[in-house]
Amino acid sequence: MPAAIEVRGISKHYRITPAGSQPAYRTLREELAELPGRFRHDRRRTRTLVALDAVSFEVEAGDVLGVIGRNGAGKTTLLKVLSRITRPTVGEAVIRGRVGSLLEVGTGFHPELTGRENIFLNGSILGMTRREVREKLEAIVDFAEVGPFLETPVKRYSSGMYVRLAFGVAAHLEPEILLIDEVLAVGDLAFQRKCLGKISDVARSGRTVLFVSHNMTAVSGLCSRVLLLEGGRLASDGPTREVINQYLKSTARAAGERRWARAEAPGNERVRLLAVRVVSEAGEASDLIDVSAPFRIETEFEKLDGEGRLNVSLHIDSLDGVCVFNAISPLDELEPGTYQSAVHVPGKLMNDGVYRVRVLLVVDLVAQVDEHDAIVFDVHDTAREIPWYGRWLGAVRPDLPWSLERLPDTGVSTRHHPSLTLP
Amino acid sequence: MTSAGRSASALPETVIRPVRGWRALGLGELWRQRDLVFLLAWRDVKVRYSQTALGVLWAILQPTLLMVVFAVFLGGPSGLPSGGLPYPLFVFAGLLPWTFFANSVSTAAGSVVASEKLVTKVYFPRLAIPFSAVAAAVVDFVLATGVLVALMLYYGIAPGWRLLAVPAALVPLALGALGFGVLLSALNVAYRDFRYVAGFLVQLWLFATPAVYMEQESTLEGGLPAAAATSEADGAKDSQEPGDAPSASPQREAVGRAPRLALLNPVNQCVAFFRAAVLDRPLPWTGLAWATAIVLPVFLGGCYYFRQVEDRFADTI
Repeated sequence: MPAAIEVRGISKHYRITPAGSQPAYRTLREELAELPGRFRHDRRRTRTLVALDAVSFEVEAGDVLGVIGRNGAGKTTLLKVLSRITRPTVGEAVIRGRVGSLLEVGTGFHPELTGRENIFLNGSILGMTRREVREKLEAIVDFAEVGPFLETPVKRYSSGMYVRLAFGVAAHLEPEILLIDEVLAVGDLAFQRKCLGKISDVARSGRTVLFVSHNMTAVSGLCSRVLLLEGGRLASDGPTREVINQYLKSTARAAGERRWARAEAPGNERVRLLAVRVVSEAGEASDLIDVSAPFRIETEFEKLDGEGRLNVSLHIDSLDGVCVFNAISPLDELEPGTYQSAVHVPGKLMNDGVYRVRVLLVVDLVAQVDEHDAIVFDVHDTAREIPWYGRWLGAVRPDLPWSLERLPDTGVSTRHHPSLTLP
Repeated sequence: MTSAGRSASALPETVIRPVRGWRALGLGELWRQRDLVFLLAWRDVKVRYSQTALGVLWAILQPTLLMVVFAVFLGGPSGLPSGGLPYPLFVFAGLLPWTFFANSVSTAAGSVVASEKLVTKVYFPRLAIPFSAVAAAVVDFVLATGVLVALMLYYGIAPGWRLLAVPAALVPLALGALGFGVLLSALNVAYRDFRYVAGFLVQLWLFATPAVYMEQESTLEGGLPAAAATSEADGAKDSQEPGDAPSASPQREAVGRAPRLALLNPVNQCVAFFRAAVLDRPLPWTGLAWATAIVLPVFLGGCYYFRQVEDRFADTI
C-alpha cells in the first residue's frame, strides 16, 4: 500500500526585503522605481529566506507523526505546503486521501453570525458540503456543548465556548489525513483533554495525523514517530523519545544568550546593555529550562559615568503579553565599569510556556535602557506524573505544600491524625 | 503504481508541486464547492446589514437616492432624453443594473485582501472569494428591484413579453462584473494601489455608461461600432433611427452627443438592454451581442490571471 503522504525534496523560499518588517505586497510606485535596477539584474534589495530546505519523508496511512522544532524552523511552512495554502519552490509531495487541515481553530468564524451559521460557514471552508454539515450538526453541537446558544451570535460566546465550537467543527471533518498545528494552545483543561482524546480517536480509527506542536508532553503522548526540523532542514526522523531528547539537547547549546556589539548596544552615555543570558541549573546558557529546575537570568552592562544609583528591572512576560512578574534589583551606587547582575529564579515557580524578557536599566528611577524582548526562553515540562498533556492554567505554577487528613467518622470525638504531605 | 492496493487507489491523490506554465481555470472545483460561495455571500449580506440602523434598506437607498439626484438635475421637460418614459423610472431602470455592476466590482476588488485570515490559514478554491462578493451584490440587486416594481406601478407602465429577456442582459453583466472583480482582486494582493484604482474606475465608469441616465441612439444596431463611428459625421441618424425612438429633439442637441466610445462599453449595452427588456422597448440585440463578445474574454482572462497568481496570495498578502 502506498504511503499516505510522500514528501520529496520540498523547499520553500521567501523573498524578503532587508528591512524585514516591510510587507510582502508592493506598490506600483516601488515597482516602477526599481525598474531600471531590474534590467541590470540588481537584486541587492531582496534576499531569500529558506523556510524549508529539501525536506523528504513519508508517512504511512494510519501513522501519527509529530513535527517539532524551534520557532522559525519551518514547521508551519511545512503544514502550509501540505495543506496547499502555499506552493513549494522546489520539490513535490503526493497526498493520498482527503486532507483536513487545522492551522488555527475557528478559521472563518464571524462574530456577528450565530453558532449554527458559523458551523455551516466554517464547515464549508474546511471542505464540507452543506449536506455533510447538516448530518453532523448534532454531533458537533454535542461535542461543543453549546446547544442552548446555537442561535446566539458567537461574539456573545465565552472564549471557551468559542474554541469548543470551532474545534468541534474541525473534529468532525473526518478526512483521511488530518494536519494539526498547535490547537492545544487554547482552551481550558477539560477542553484540552477532550481535544486530545478526539485526536487520539482519530488516530486510532486508522487515519493519518500530522501533529505540529511545541507541547512536548502532548507530542510524546500522541505520536509514535517524530520529525525534528532545524532551520528548515529535516534534522531528525525517528522514534518519539529519541528525537525529543535530541531536540532538547541541541537547543540547549546554541541559544540562551544575546550579546550586543559595543557600537550597537542599547543605552546612552550613562549606561549600556551588553548582554542578557538565561542560564540553566547546569551553568550553561540555555533557552530551554525545565519547569522544576532553578535558573538565573544574567544581565551584563557597562556603567559609563560614576553618578547616580542604578538598578536592573526585568519584566518576565508570557508570549501573549501578560507580565508574569517584575524582578527589581536593589539600588547600587556603581563606579564606571562593566558589571554582571543575576537574578535567581527558583524551580517549580514558572508555568511551562515561552517567556519574553524585557530589560530596563534604571538610574535614579529613570529608565536609561528599555529593551523589549531582549531574550526569549522556553520553560518546558516533559516528565509529568499525571497522564495529561495540556497546559497547566495560571501565570505561575508554584509548588505549594498540600496536606490531606482523614476526618474522624461521625459521632467519634476529634482526634489528631498525622497530615499527609503530597510531593 | 500498478501494484497499489485497491482501497488506496480509490482515494483522491493530490500532487503538490511548484507552479509551471498555464493552469486550468479550476471552475469545476469551484462548482463542487458552490456551497462555500453561497455561504460566504450569505455571510457578507448578513454581516453588512446586521448592525446598521437601516439594515437592508441600504440596498434600496443607494440606487434610489441616485435616481432622485439624476431626476432633479438631469430630468424634467428640458432635461436628458428618456425615450418618452418618465425620467425617474427611466433612470432607475438603468441605475439598477449599474449599481449591481459597480458594487460587484468594487467589493470583489477588495475581497481577497479582506479575507487574509482565510487565505493564510486554509485551502479552498480562492476564486470563491471574489465570486461570493458578486453573489452578495445579487442580493442587493434583487432587493432594489422592489423599487423598480413600485415605480412601474406608480407610473402605470406594465412589462410585456420582453421581460423574459432580462436574463440575457444580466448574464453578460454578471460575467463582466466577475471578470473585472476577479482581476482587480488578484492585482490588489500584489499591488495595494488597486484598492484606489477600483474605486476610481467605478466612478469614471458611470460617466462612460451614458445609457444609465439618457436615451442614446443605438449606433450599434445594424453595424459594427467602427463603421458607425466613421459614419457619425454624415447624418447617420436617418438610416439608423430605430422605429419607435422619439424624433430628434432639441434637447439632444443641447446635451451634446453621447460619447461614441461609450458604445464599446459592454456595461452600457447591458444596461440599455436591461431597461428595454423591463420597460418593453425594442431589444438592442446587436449591442448585447457586442457586450457578450467583450465580456467573455474579460471573464476568462480575469480568472486565468487570478489562477496564475493565487498560489502567491498566502505569501504576499
